[in-house]
Amino acid sequence: MDGLSVIAIVSIAASALCMAIGSIGPAMGEGKAIAQALASIAQQPDEAGTISRTLFIGLAMIESVAIYCFVIAIILIFANPFWNHVIGQR
Amino acid sequence: MHITPDHTILWQWGFLHINATMVYTWIVMVLLTLTSWLVTRSLAPGSAPRSRWQNALEVIVETMRKQIHEICPQNGDAYLPFVGTLFLLIAVSNFLDIVPGWHAPTGSLSTTAALAICVGVAVPYFGIREQGIATYFRHYLRPTPILAPFHLMSETSRNLALAIRLFGNMMSGSMIAAILLAIAPLFFPALMQALGLLTGMIQAYIFAILAMVYIAAAVQRGQEGG
Repeated sequence: MDGLSVIAIVSIAASALCMAIGSIGPAMGEGKAIAQALASIAQQPDEAGTISRTLFIGLAMIESVAIYCFVIAIILIFANPFWNHVIGQR
Repeated sequence: MHITPDHTILWQWGFLHINATMVYTWIVMVLLTLTSWLVTRSLAPGSAPRSRWQNALEVIVETMRKQIHEICPQNGDAYLPFVGTLFLLIAVSNFLDIVPGWHAPTGSLSTTAALAICVGVAVPYFGIREQGIATYFRHYLRPTPILAPFHLMSETSRNLALAIRLFGNMMSGSMIAAILLAIAPLFFPALMQALGLLTGMIQAYIFAILAMVYIAAAVQRGQEGG
């Protein structure tokens, strides 16, 4: 196997793993946050505005972890720097 | 497949490139400036009858002001121009996704990085203006000077996160639409586009709110005696 196919195999597998593992944590975290926020809104409907604003900010923070994983997966597939490096050497 | 509109070069002269990101940003800027100029040219004072455009603009500005006041109760109006501009720029450029052929300039890392740098400069600027330069920089040495590098690291990484978050969300929206267009051509991509519009609005809101939270934290830090 030459360098190009090794890089192709590794980066495809790595991006799949990155998405698969990297989305588990944020998904569970967001589920927990939303469940807690819904329970709080049910207890105190008057504070719904404040709770949902804080919830949005928190969700964005949690979600950014998943988005880092997504960006890395996209870079590995569509704009792989090592791939371009090997092609440039030829 | 194009990941960012940066790679679409429309005009080139020597080392000068004009790419799609810049052109679309200029379009948004012209749109925002022209609309506000046209509307504010003939403002109705007091209880005089207002035009629809003035009403719409007042609703937008008042909503932003209320949100800012909830985060920073005292002196919130000082931050309205900066945070409101961030929100309007991002929201309009995300919203124009409904125009066919539009590439949101926020889907490019250079735009979002520039916006995040603006926030990164504005936070110490407002902090120093409010507290003075010595008080502002003294908080880096609290509770002990050993923690100063960690303060710096957290401020850098949150600005980085601000840029990557907006870029990742907008880029993934257009990318998912492009991938789905190849799999299920007619109906499903339209649904995902609608979801993308919602995501764009939420991201604009989150970007502005986070900028405001960072500024409020920098401004109020000294007042709690901490």
